[in-house]
Amino acid sequence: MAEITLIEGLRQAMDEELGRDERVFIVGEDVGPRGGVFRATLGLFDKYGPQRVIDSPLAELSIVGVGIGAALYGLRPICEIQFADFIHPAFNQIVSEAAKMCYRSNGDWTVPLVIRAPYGGGIGGGLYHSQSLEAFFTHVPGLKVVIPSNPHDAKGLLKAAVRDPNPVIFLEPKKGYRLIRGEVPEGGDLLVPIGPARISRPGADLSVFAYGMMHHYVLQAAEIVAAEGIQAEVIDLRTLLPIDRAAILSSVRKTGKALIVHEDNRTGGYGAEIAAILSDDAFTDLDAPVRRLAGPDVPAVPFSHPMQDWFMPNTEKIAAAIRELAAF
Amino acid sequence: MSTNVIMPQLGESVVEGTVTRWLKRAGEAVTEFEALLEVNTDKVDTEIPAPASGTVLRVYVAEGQTVRAGTLLAVIGQPGEATPEAATEATGAHRAAPAAPAPPAEANPAEAGRRGELGFISPVVARLASERGVDLGQVRGTGQGGRITKKDVLAFVGGRDAAPAPWETPALGELFRPSEELRGAQPSVAAPSTAAAAAGSTVPLTAVRRSIAEHMVRSRHTSPHVSTIMEADLSRVLSHRLAHRESFGRDGVNLTLTAYFVSASVAALKAVPMANASWSEQGIVLHRGVNIGVAVSLGDEGLIVPVIQEADQLSLLALARMVNDLSGRARAHKLAPDEVQGGTFTITNHGVSGSLFATPIINQPQCAILGVGALQKRVVVIETPDPSGGVQDSVAIRPMVYLSLTFDHRILDGAMADAFLGTVVETLERWT
Repeated sequence: MAEITLIEGLRQAMDEELGRDERVFIVGEDVGPRGGVFRATLGLFDKYGPQRVIDSPLAELSIVGVGIGAALYGLRPICEIQFADFIHPAFNQIVSEAAKMCYRSNGDWTVPLVIRAPYGGGIGGGLYHSQSLEAFFTHVPGLKVVIPSNPHDAKGLLKAAVRDPNPVIFLEPKKGYRLIRGEVPEGGDLLVPIGPARISRPGADLSVFAYGMMHHYVLQAAEIVAAEGIQAEVIDLRTLLPIDRAAILSSVRKTGKALIVHEDNRTGGYGAEIAAILSDDAFTDLDAPVRRLAGPDVPAVPFSHPMQDWFMPNTEKIAAAIRELAAF
Repeated sequence: MSTNVIMPQLGESVVEGTVTRWLKRAGEAVTEFEALLEVNTDKVDTEIPAPASGTVLRVYVAEGQTVRAGTLLAVIGQPGEATPEAATEATGAHRAAPAAPAPPAEANPAEAGRRGELGFISPVVARLASERGVDLGQVRGTGQGGRITKKDVLAFVGGRDAAPAPWETPALGELFRPSEELRGAQPSVAAPSTAAAAAGSTVPLTAVRRSIAEHMVRSRHTSPHVSTIMEADLSRVLSHRLAHRESFGRDGVNLTLTAYFVSASVAALKAVPMANASWSEQGIVLHRGVNIGVAVSLGDEGLIVPVIQEADQLSLLALARMVNDLSGRARAHKLAPDEVQGGTFTITNHGVSGSLFATPIINQPQCAILGVGALQKRVVVIETPDPSGGVQDSVAIRPMVYLSLTFDHRILDGAMADAFLGTVVETLERWT
């Protein structure tokens, strides 16, 4: 097994899927000769040519619109939105067209489309390069929303997303692109199914739910509090829609306490849905209020570094929240 | 004052960079913003300007070396100034977690005292207390402000169940009803619950059901169960009952067969004290009192075992009165807590639903349980003395009942159990 970065896992996934199925193609801003601003598609233009790795205009509406049209014609597009912050012009295409097509045509038409978008803050990106917007899309039936937290899942989930018959919003924790490394089996056809969450660290005292970059920090925090005698169970949600209710419930039925961590702001965030599920179906198993550690309700991640630190959940803040809940 | 040159973060997703070339060497002078070195990342190649004017005092990272953003690359200052020793990662965005663990949470919050009588009761604590029959007033809270946590309840239950109180362990079997009901209409318990009849559905577990299940499984795991079965001819008991029913009735007592079985059990427990005992690792605990539990069915709600305390001190009249009173109040849910505690032996009358004999589960931590089967008129062979001194066989119709004794084989062996059951049979058959 080779240790690779998260972004290399994504690159390998696209390389393998392009090689496996000639219906697969990539479209996005600077994805061609430049290899994407984050270099996720580096080398793919040279290997598969301009028909399969297509540089688009700076127009997200058209990137997704082209993807939907191509998908309806039987192709398997991978649309890259350069930063998730720029996805909003394509919102109508995603929500009103891609998500509804199968339902609206009574299953006659499906949109096998993947939209990749780097999301998240903590990289000094400021207001327009730091947004987390999973909650907009997890509200939309007809979409799947996936966020990997490590190279293995990034590769396996992206390959599974390409083969999924439905539109998949594939959000990538860009701060972790090169920061998070991990072992990925060489060769073979690595697929990680869309849907199941994963217990990444078992524990008995409380359950901590996270995804993407926050999952990385939660694991670090769990390690710190373990030295103090607190056994946190960490669940990497991986797929946000459809939601793995069974995994969430079974963990909290065991521990009786739940903490949800996301960098997206609190109000109307994804953590609220988990809290609601626990309230609905695990009320008599709860030994403490369900807690959320999330970004504050301000319009954006600030550019100033001290302000950015104030905004972002990090290992220390997570460890503090775990300690507080464990002591409840 | 010297100035540190740090590997910058060259792009939003970039975490490291490679020093490709130093443009100034150690000892050379440099002015602020003058190009100092060239750095390569997988995104960009760029020159890094000097952050201050002065002399390059020391270079820490050689050409070709790749380091993480935030790493100290060089120091600029005035000649002769001291420089830091190691080229470790400087403080920056990627600060490692502090090595020293934070102080542990408050050692014993309970000492701060609980607010209110019990403090906040969480949903899971309320549920566990109800399911396991826990008096939360007895549980020591270790949560915030002395709150009782789920762990506290589980620890309490764990400690208590090591030596479970008998009233928490309902006996298996059917209710011990007055014999009027036995001989009357078909008992309602035979009708299956309508909720259970729906195919493929799940009937939710009530607290009582869950508790019964738990105790049955635990009892089976605790004692090696062995059953022995005998039959008894109740002719004399029935004629005694017929003769005394009216006079008992005048005292307001309904003379049921139950009273006779309790009385016969008392006689047997006195004859075989080992049956009135509990197992412990330190030794077999012989109980001083003879307290006999009688299982009473509550229909769909489960069953309960009220206890006749000091049954060996009571006459048949008093026993019959106790059985009437306890079973009536059990069905009305009006038993006091101490009326279901302290049993040393249990009787269950599965015969009510037509069962001839059964092997009930022991009511922990007791030693044995007596199962009473259905009363049946059966043809039996009777031996009577022959005038010539021999034995003459004849056939008779007698009211017969099968009695089973299920016992803890750790305490009793078969012969002793049979001695016990034989005493019950003998007492019933020789009733005067």
